[in-house]
Amino acid sequence: MNESKIILKKSLGEWFNMMTAGGYRVVGPVGQDGQIDFEPVTSPDAVRFDHVQTNNSGKWVMFPRYEAMMRFRLSGKEVQAGEIPPQAPPTVLFGAHPCDAASLATLNAVFTWDSSDAYFEPKLANTTIIGLSCTKGDSYCFCTSVGGGPGDTRGSDVLLTPLDGEKFLAEILTEKGKSVVGLAPQLFSAADGTSKEAALAKIPARFNHRDVTAKLPSLFPKEDVWKEQSLRCLGCGACAYVCPTCSCFDIQDERDRYTGVRIRCWDSCGFGLFTLHASNHNPRHKQSERWRQRVMHKFSYQPERLNVLGCVGCGRCSRSCPVDMNLGEHVAALAEIKV
Amino acid sequence: MTAANLYIPYQMRIDKVTEEAPGVKTFRLGFVNKDDEGRFSFKAGQFGEYSVYGEGESTFCIASPPTRKGYIECTFRQMGRVTTALADRDEGDIVGFRGPYGNIFPIDEWAGKNLLFIAGGIALPPMRCVIWNCLDLRDRYQDVTIIYGARTVADLVYKHELAEWENRSDVKLFTTVDPGGQTPDWKGKVGFVPTILEQVAPSSVNTIAIVCGPPIMIKLTMPVLAKLGFKPEAIYTTLENRMKCGVGKCGRCNVGKVYVCKDGPVFTLAQLNQLPPEY
Repeated sequence: MNESKIILKKSLGEWFNMMTAGGYRVVGPVGQDGQIDFEPVTSPDAVRFDHVQTNNSGKWVMFPRYEAMMRFRLSGKEVQAGEIPPQAPPTVLFGAHPCDAASLATLNAVFTWDSSDAYFEPKLANTTIIGLSCTKGDSYCFCTSVGGGPGDTRGSDVLLTPLDGEKFLAEILTEKGKSVVGLAPQLFSAADGTSKEAALAKIPARFNHRDVTAKLPSLFPKEDVWKEQSLRCLGCGACAYVCPTCSCFDIQDERDRYTGVRIRCWDSCGFGLFTLHASNHNPRHKQSERWRQRVMHKFSYQPERLNVLGCVGCGRCSRSCPVDMNLGEHVAALAEIKV
Repeated sequence: MTAANLYIPYQMRIDKVTEEAPGVKTFRLGFVNKDDEGRFSFKAGQFGEYSVYGEGESTFCIASPPTRKGYIECTFRQMGRVTTALADRDEGDIVGFRGPYGNIFPIDEWAGKNLLFIAGGIALPPMRCVIWNCLDLRDRYQDVTIIYGARTVADLVYKHELAEWENRSDVKLFTTVDPGGQTPDWKGKVGFVPTILEQVAPSSVNTIAIVCGPPIMIKLTMPVLAKLGFKPEAIYTTLENRMKCGVGKCGRCNVGKVYVCKDGPVFTLAQLNQLPPEY
């Protein structure tokens, strides 16, 4: 597989049109400066290439923020309940940076490690990822600390690397990638051994994630460390909502007098309600315990249990934190602690 | 529930409602669809997600033993939105059930041993399943001792079954209520469960202890069991972490690298000692 081609930037619009004509929904980064997010692409000209990172990740394509699973018709205590079958429209997720593409392995591990998930799996199967290498990063980026990189191919079906303002190197990585390139083969020309390396951003590594994973169990009891890091945490959950790998969810019923739905929606371990018992007992009563859970889950429990890291270093949690907590910095600080 | 979509519950009919204590009810549930009943099986210790459509799902153990076929029972206290709606249902109404989920009490491994059950309050239901399971297979076990306490006499659940166990010669039952919770005609003991356990002082030789109760009872009971010589490997309990999916995905019952819904809810004290104290 792994064939490389060149596509011109001015040809992308035609490629998108061929994808749409081929039955794909194209989702890509669109919007104004400061508010760029993954949304259905209505016009190829609206797709953005100049941002470091979208505000939110594209995980909603596979794992929507809010998804109805059952529908109810209610009449007093009489209920008709029915499944809402999973929807999985063929989708191209265009312009996912390598960190976002890498996050699919984490999501997939969570949703499939023990049993199949009828809502997640078909969406993932029907999604083609056209990744976009990073030519610039910012101080929040730390992909290289967690096994990724600005030109990492993991998770992408096609990876585009901007070589200059005019053309992209297209690495065709999977059968799915071959299919979307095959929609418009005339737009792709030979790459003749062109390398992407010179075009990639330089992201310095801040810590070694394997060392952190090995060390975290011994840091768990150091309550002062977790407290100090999280003293300013508001428990707002923004970090979890923008995170490409966070997958904890809630299941709730919503109803009016005659109809109802059972939904699943995103949730966050940062909320006190997340673990609160009916008796009012809470296993993670303090915000510092919830911060510790967030770090432990991503860097210790998931690697140990599911063999995937729960962080891809996209930096969104830190960019969106209202009190400027910084996961990359905090984990780097943990890595420095002598145990 | 279809094999393809585990989030869709079985349709269950409420066949019998028993008032156990103030705010506490037991529902006997039968499968609406006979094919579901044929496919369904479970073992002692497992739990499920019970739902009132339009109100939500709640997590309870299966309180009836697998040796009683054709139905499952759940016992719950009216606390929040779902349990309030559930308590409002009557015989003949339809509710949902997803399960069985979680691991089991290894009752086959306990053959030939004495069994000591220690329960507090609304935590008797998960134990009632395994108690009846073992009593239905009574020949396999040696002495069976049950110590059960509640805040007041009114709060004791399964009163008819307590009377039945009391009258059996092959069961030693000690019921107790917290000081001040007794009535003038109360014939059981008065005192907290750990205190009564210390008085009864069952032998730890060849004995498995199964402990279910509120966190404070568990915390104070464990040192007494240790004093009686019980090894952490011989003490079993069930964890009650909040759950939503029941199948190791939603993340909320995660404790250390364990998912209580998958690796539990049944744990030995030896296993709990390896976990962060977040339960």
